[in-house]
Amino acid sequence: MGTQEHQIDLGHLLAFDPLHHFPSPPSSREELVKECLQKGTELVQSIADTLFNLPSTEDIDGPLVKLPPPTTRLPREKHLPKPKPPTKWELFAKAKGIKNRKKDKIVYDEQTGTWKRRHGYDRVNDDEDIPIIEAKMTDEAGEDPFAKRRAEKKKRVEKQGKNRLQNLKQAAKVGALPSHIQLAATALPITGTQTAPKKVSKNELEDVASMAATATASGGKFDKKLPGEKPEKHKGKYRKFLPVVEGTGIGSLEKQQTEKILNKLISKNSHEILNVDKAINMYNVKKEKKRKNRQGKDSSTSSKLKPKKQLQKKSLKKGTSKKGKSK
Amino acid sequence: MLKIKTPKSGKAKREIEKRAPKLVESGKKTLILQGTKTSNVLNAVLTEIYHLKKDSAVRYTRKNENIRPFESGGETSLEFFSLKTDCSIFVFGSHSKKRPDNLVIGRTYDHHIYDLVEVGVENFKSMESFTYDKKLSPKVGSKPFIAFIGEGFESVDELKHLKEVLLDLLRGEVVENLNLAGLDHAYICTAVSSNRVFFTHCAMRLKKSGTIVPRMELVEVGPSMDLVVRRHRLPNDSVRKEAMKTAKEQPKKKVKNVSQDVIQGKVGKIYVPDQQVGSVALPYKAKGLKRERREAKMKHETNDRAPKKQKENSE
Repeated sequence: MGTQEHQIDLGHLLAFDPLHHFPSPPSSREELVKECLQKGTELVQSIADTLFNLPSTEDIDGPLVKLPPPTTRLPREKHLPKPKPPTKWELFAKAKGIKNRKKDKIVYDEQTGTWKRRHGYDRVNDDEDIPIIEAKMTDEAGEDPFAKRRAEKKKRVEKQGKNRLQNLKQAAKVGALPSHIQLAATALPITGTQTAPKKVSKNELEDVASMAATATASGGKFDKKLPGEKPEKHKGKYRKFLPVVEGTGIGSLEKQQTEKILNKLISKNSHEILNVDKAINMYNVKKEKKRKNRQGKDSSTSSKLKPKKQLQKKSLKKGTSKKGKSK
Repeated sequence: MLKIKTPKSGKAKREIEKRAPKLVESGKKTLILQGTKTSNVLNAVLTEIYHLKKDSAVRYTRKNENIRPFESGGETSLEFFSLKTDCSIFVFGSHSKKRPDNLVIGRTYDHHIYDLVEVGVENFKSMESFTYDKKLSPKVGSKPFIAFIGEGFESVDELKHLKEVLLDLLRGEVVENLNLAGLDHAYICTAVSSNRVFFTHCAMRLKKSGTIVPRMELVEVGPSMDLVVRRHRLPNDSVRKEAMKTAKEQPKKKVKNVSQDVIQGKVGKIYVPDQQVGSVALPYKAKGLKRERREAKMKHETNDRAPKKQKENSE
């Protein structure tokens, strides 16, 4: 192995030997390991050569060396932070040429003759500390000037909040929202007219999606799904196909199917159809009920009879309702 | 209607600011997790990688059945975990008949999958199986040397990609000042063939040599394994361009109380606190002061002696 070119990246303490190739194949595992270690030692030695020759400063633990920036470029893990767009006030100040003047935290208060802080507890020129407000000619009678001051301050604070929100929205549009701030949408009910739009839950959305999936012939089986979407619960459409081969002539299943459809069609379009079978059944049932009632009145009512009676009642009700519909 | 949500405590705010995108990035955190089925070998590999990167890694031990990195729908869980733990490299281990002892090493950009490399682990030897002088064992968090040997790393596309990913995974924090006494371990990767890489971890012993540069000696310490490259996915060109963007060189931070003057050159301001002239202790004893002290002492003595005498009399 003569002079070999090692690509050294000091910033990462990386060495790469692109010219080495193994005389195929390495005989055994131990040989391979030994050779790798040997080559590795060479590479590490060459890095150390350059590293220890850098100018070093003495530190408590040992010599400290300033590493050069790395040469191999690796991808970032997050996007570059975007510069914040200037706020409305900043634009205005720039246009007018207003410079920010540094203010002291402690200010001399003439009234009390002491040094007070500018903001916070017990501050200079506090709006609420004024004990007496002199009435001016422009003031109305019966108006509370203190309440007026408080209301004005509240309005000012609200306006400031709105401006701040606007500035943040502008920043969010560019993508430069400060990292500790999040803008969350809150649903505000329109007072008097509607309730707040209800938040649709995940399960509800899944149900709706599976319902929509039945619009396709395959029941949504081959629909393109978003990443993470679960497969639909009701796979396929429920359709019953008759068997291909079934007996001779028209099989009974086909007959039943056609009969059902025809009955439905005819019953819809015809008026005053009497379901003879059903009528007979109902009449018979009524008769039996009467007989049993008479029997029951004569003999002692046993608990066994009672539930039966209730069943009869139920069937009667059903009959009557259907009768009404067919008419 | 929008509401401004801000963190209510300083601690929460500091945590959020740590995760914000920065101009110059420090080391990436690694997420180590596993899929539906793992083998003994794979478990050992994952734990050892976690030990190697103890400070900057997060280990998940549950099975994750719905993670399939190479399929289009199977990445959402990974991206979610990467977002929650703020990790941008992940090592996903799984074992199946078709792909035994499979490791998928991937990177994320902005918490979306950037690229993936799938390797199979063979001939794994764990850290416990190596015998060596315990004094040499490397400390956690020290910056390692990384060596790549073999022309395969330049010629074969997959190995080139693997080299980049391994570098990202193995390098520690990005530091400007390095303490030379703290260098104690190295990773060696050798391209044995066009799809096989022999990976090992060695401790370094610095021996005295004639010059400033010490002689290096490598002792195999850590896990050693053969990585067989199976599949890989390169990043999209547009995403790659965006991820490789570097910030412009920031102007150096302003040093306070130093200014440049055209005539005088570099001028500095030194602030001296107010001198308390009255309360400074004098280094010498003034004669006048001595006399005053004497007089004061005498006055004191007359006051003191009188009561003392009385006491004696009374006793």
